[in-house]
Amino acid sequence: MYATKEAIIAKEHEPDLDCTIFFIDLRAFGKGFDEYYNRARELGINYVRCSPSSIRQIPATNDLRIEYQAAGGERLAEEFDMVVLSTGLRPPLEAQELADTFGIELDPHGFAATQDLAPVETTRPGVFVCGPFTGPKDIPETVMEASASASKAMALLSDERGSLIQEKEYPPEKDVEGREPRIGVFVCHCGKNIGGVADVPSVVEYARTLPNVVYAEHNLYTCSTDTQEQIKQMIAEHDLNRVLVASCSPRTHEPLFRNTCREAGLNEYLFEMANIRDQCTWVHMNEPEQATRKAKDLVRMAVAKARMLEPLRKGSLKVNNDALVLGGGMAGMTAALNLADQGFQVHLIEKQPELGGNFRDVRRLLNGADPRETLSRTIDRVTSHPRIALHLDSTLAAAEGSVGNFNSTVRRNGTETQVKHGVAIVATGATQYQPTEYLYGEHPRVLTQRDLEGWIAEDRPELRELESVVMIQCVGSREEARPYCSRICCSQAVKNAMALKETRPDLTIHVLYRDIRTYGVLEKHYTEAREKGVRFLRYDEDRRPTVSAANGRLQVSTVDPLLNLALRIDSDLVVLAPAIVPRSDTEEVGKLFKVPLNPDRFFLEAHMKLRPVDFATDGLFMCGLVHSPKSLEESIAQADAAAARAATILSKDDIRLDATISELVDENCDGCAYCIDPCPYNALTLIEYMHKGSIKKAVERDEALCKGCGVCQATCPKKGIFIRNFRLEQLGAMVDAALQEA
Amino acid sequence: MTNDDFEPLIIAFCCNWCSYAGADLAGVSRLQYPPAARVIRVMCSGMVHPNLVIDALTKGADGVLICGCHPGDCHYLEGNLRAENRKEAIELMLEDFGVEPERFRLEWVSASEGPRFAQVMRDMSEQVRSLGPSPYAV
Repeated sequence: MYATKEAIIAKEHEPDLDCTIFFIDLRAFGKGFDEYYNRARELGINYVRCSPSSIRQIPATNDLRIEYQAAGGERLAEEFDMVVLSTGLRPPLEAQELADTFGIELDPHGFAATQDLAPVETTRPGVFVCGPFTGPKDIPETVMEASASASKAMALLSDERGSLIQEKEYPPEKDVEGREPRIGVFVCHCGKNIGGVADVPSVVEYARTLPNVVYAEHNLYTCSTDTQEQIKQMIAEHDLNRVLVASCSPRTHEPLFRNTCREAGLNEYLFEMANIRDQCTWVHMNEPEQATRKAKDLVRMAVAKARMLEPLRKGSLKVNNDALVLGGGMAGMTAALNLADQGFQVHLIEKQPELGGNFRDVRRLLNGADPRETLSRTIDRVTSHPRIALHLDSTLAAAEGSVGNFNSTVRRNGTETQVKHGVAIVATGATQYQPTEYLYGEHPRVLTQRDLEGWIAEDRPELRELESVVMIQCVGSREEARPYCSRICCSQAVKNAMALKETRPDLTIHVLYRDIRTYGVLEKHYTEAREKGVRFLRYDEDRRPTVSAANGRLQVSTVDPLLNLALRIDSDLVVLAPAIVPRSDTEEVGKLFKVPLNPDRFFLEAHMKLRPVDFATDGLFMCGLVHSPKSLEESIAQADAAAARAATILSKDDIRLDATISELVDENCDGCAYCIDPCPYNALTLIEYMHKGSIKKAVERDEALCKGCGVCQATCPKKGIFIRNFRLEQLGAMVDAALQEA
Repeated sequence: MTNDDFEPLIIAFCCNWCSYAGADLAGVSRLQYPPAARVIRVMCSGMVHPNLVIDALTKGADGVLICGCHPGDCHYLEGNLRAENRKEAIELMLEDFGVEPERFRLEWVSASEGPRFAQVMRDMSEQVRSLGPSPYAV
């Protein structure tokens, strides 16, 4: 994937560049990765499946000549200007020293050893690990493990929570009341992301000509720590009282820059952003002039709003310190236990009459260990924990409120209970695709890997009569209906193949696959399986295997794409690896909490890499298979991570409310009450009071109920109510600015 | 002016939770679309006063787009439905002002629909281009 990303970026820089990636297995197993790979192919990146046999420099041209064997056996050679190697990750050289210092053990590769089903726990209690120190991994998993380790530490330290906190002190706020706006504009190059398309210096020049702009500059990265210092310095030097950053999206970076303003003594709401990357240079990459013009327009619009910004004060609200966890599988149980261990009350809701979810069907781990002891221990801990209120056989009927103060309705056998909570963790899991292909459901000897796992655990007599087993991978995955990779099926096939080989070393096992995705340290199991004689045979997406039944036996036909050879394998058992699919009620849960699903119908996180367990809505978190297909260990790490993120809210007594809510304009409001019914939160009421000797009608707004949607502002015919920071005049000024010529 | 060198200007009000995020995702995915729209971030599609739409179109914008969450997905429960309720009134007002109602659109784009946002941008640019410049364009 790293190679794919670099190839795409290289093509962004040089659209005519020819990029070829030589590979053996395409390992696009992460969330959204297969889609990314498909896009790379659409962009014209050429993928060649083979290991090149040689690279030689051609003396005359200094070009590099790569020789390789193409599918079908033909020997080819191609010349390139540059060759980039995808090198593996290894443990750091000082790993042993680090391990000795902390008294922890390393695994045979030299990565930190962790416990079965305890992905951040080392061999020494109280010492936790996260990130690539335990094996090669991507950013989302690293971030999840980091949060997971933090929550594990927090559980041990819960008695001491908050005792070392030093309140951050900000300088007093500059009084801007009645003062002419003095705007500073900071335009970001974002490396080449903006500057490589738009003419950033000319945008800066242009900004200097706009009304009330007293200072403008450009930065390589406006979000860098250095630039924050620079912004603060310029605020002081030029007496700025409004700051505008033209860069990426306020959805990701507004908090950072607001904090910088606050540190420089400016009210944080005196800040505005122009999105000239995500919504400009990234979407108009081939039209640099137009992109520059649009960037200027966006800056002009943002300046128009910045001139009208007002300092705002946040209200605060008491936090309910209880949590609600939806789903009693391994992820939900882990999150609930973690929060309960940290000292919080937890409501755990499971729709089935028993806990465990998909974990109940896991009978063996990759290393051969039996996980059922962990399952029963976990269930025992959940059911006996004094701080966990367990709601079995129950569903969530409604979820109202927002961060700090949710009010949910739990339904069980027709009776409804109200539950108040400050956060919610969604862990409703996923299920298995029901294959309709390869005679599944028609022939008794066509199973899923999960069925086979059960057969092996029960030591079914049928297994002893087997001579030949065929496993078929990617059943329902990585095809048009479900373009994503289900991530764990390769490892599951390897696991079951090894388990069969343990008792029957003579058994013939063929695994028919498209790409083997035993990623990271799992690769050793794939190697072991091959050493034990498991045969791995690739098939092409457009030449899938077929299964037919004849004389009580099964026949599998496939085409070896390398040799272009049709093969027929007689078999007594065909085992399918079906896709992991979202549960049918995922959509319903999404609607309850008003949170979005991605195109594959898994939940969409706030940021794929940096906020992998948060929803974009504050106070809502996710973990486990409902986020994407993943291994048990990864689900557990994500559950601990969700608990860590939830605890950042639960550990507070009160939270600050966003100041951008509605405000009445007394002199304009005549009490017509048009706004009252449309308000989705019942935050408005009609009041009457004595004013200059007569009764005046007006509307009153409840600060704790108003969420700032602005339906009232758009309904009011008299400008009697507005949303702070999104006033009609502010939006109108942006429209007017958009219509001006640059 | 011929339609070939007419570059339409569209004001797009996008809600923070769905459509603005969808617009960002179109960028993250490097989906390309014509540079006609100027996005104004609002917290909810239900926040956009009809006067903002009318003003924009009678001051010379070639098109106005309001983008919100799909029905049922609104971050503010049903702010998007309020926006939808106003659609007809806006179209009637536009007729009074002699502006083709096709210059105004209300679209639902979720946070995960980067491709849909790009497609809406292409469609609307094309539609406005075929209508030609706004009757109020100076």
